[in-house]
Amino acid sequence: MPEATPSDSTTESQNGVQIDLISGSRMEGLRSMEKIRLILDGVRDGNIVILEEGLSPDEESKLIEVTMTEISPDEFSGIEIESYPHEDAADQSFLDRLMGRESTKKLTVIGPANQIETLHKDDQLISALVSRK
Amino acid sequence: MGLLTNLKDSVSRVTDRLFASDDPKRIGIYGPPNAGKTTLANRIARDWTGDAIGPESHVPHETRRARRKEGVDIERNGRSVTIDIVDTPGVATKVDYKEFLDHDIEKDDAIRRSREATEGVAEAMHWLREDVDGVIYVLDSTTDPFTQVNTMLIGIIESRDLPVLIFANKIDLDEADIKRVADAFPQHETVPLSALEGNNMDEVYDKIAEYFG
Repeated sequence: MPEATPSDSTTESQNGVQIDLISGSRMEGLRSMEKIRLILDGVRDGNIVILEEGLSPDEESKLIEVTMTEISPDEFSGIEIESYPHEDAADQSFLDRLMGRESTKKLTVIGPANQIETLHKDDQLISALVSRK
Repeated sequence: MGLLTNLKDSVSRVTDRLFASDDPKRIGIYGPPNAGKTTLANRIARDWTGDAIGPESHVPHETRRARRKEGVDIERNGRSVTIDIVDTPGVATKVDYKEFLDHDIEKDDAIRRSREATEGVAEAMHWLREDVDGVIYVLDSTTDPFTQVNTMLIGIIESRDLPVLIFANKIDLDEADIKRVADAFPQHETVPLSALEGNNMDEVYDKIAEYFG
């Protein structure tokens, strides 16, 4: 059976807001730019993207850079992003750090800047207000 | 990226630093828009070279290109430290030209500014990944430092093993809260200052020499 893509699950955006929850295992098989493309394509369609395990620092850096190149007046003004680490993310071995295997386990919520507003964030809760396009 | 490539990169970074220890270090001044990065860069440049780096403004994204001042000699405790300062555009995940309209800027100019600002942020991220040896992270101590952009940028800097100093700027203002900045990033040293008024600059230069010398 072919793998479902976020865009397969069509929702009339006029009637609501589509939320894509993407598992860590789904992201694991993707290259950095594929992950960024998956996120930005969803966000540019007005969707809220929730990543179970987040991005690495290098991928976050590239996400900001690519987002900037896609900003267009009256069309796309960028992203809102919030995340917090899983408790086990701190349990990294010295060898992992030495070899550059950064833990990226952090629940991450990404949405279009003009539709999502973070109301509250602490160590255990992200509360966001999402509006329609 | 493969493990061997990661290891090669790590070894390369360490050897580069060891064998290039006499070269001036490129120190990137990073932070969110309106934290006072250019005011600080100008203060350092004026104090040690007599020249400024770029125009300062209360309008966000006034700095839309990374600006560099090379060969800034800072003398502390009988020895001299030479750094290249890179003043970078404020990093954000969104830029809306409508924000510029609130500063009495015409629409066409606001759109041009926002386009330049997005290019500047992308350039700043590129510098961070490729071209700086250390980072001064400037925060406005009158605002909440617990933002996602700050957390992400500090994470990116840490992942690249770059030395970083956190500067809690604007301490001349009544609303300044230095402890809030220090508590946000306890793993790094926080230095309070007012780049505008020149408050606590002795400690600023001591720390720059200590971290980047």
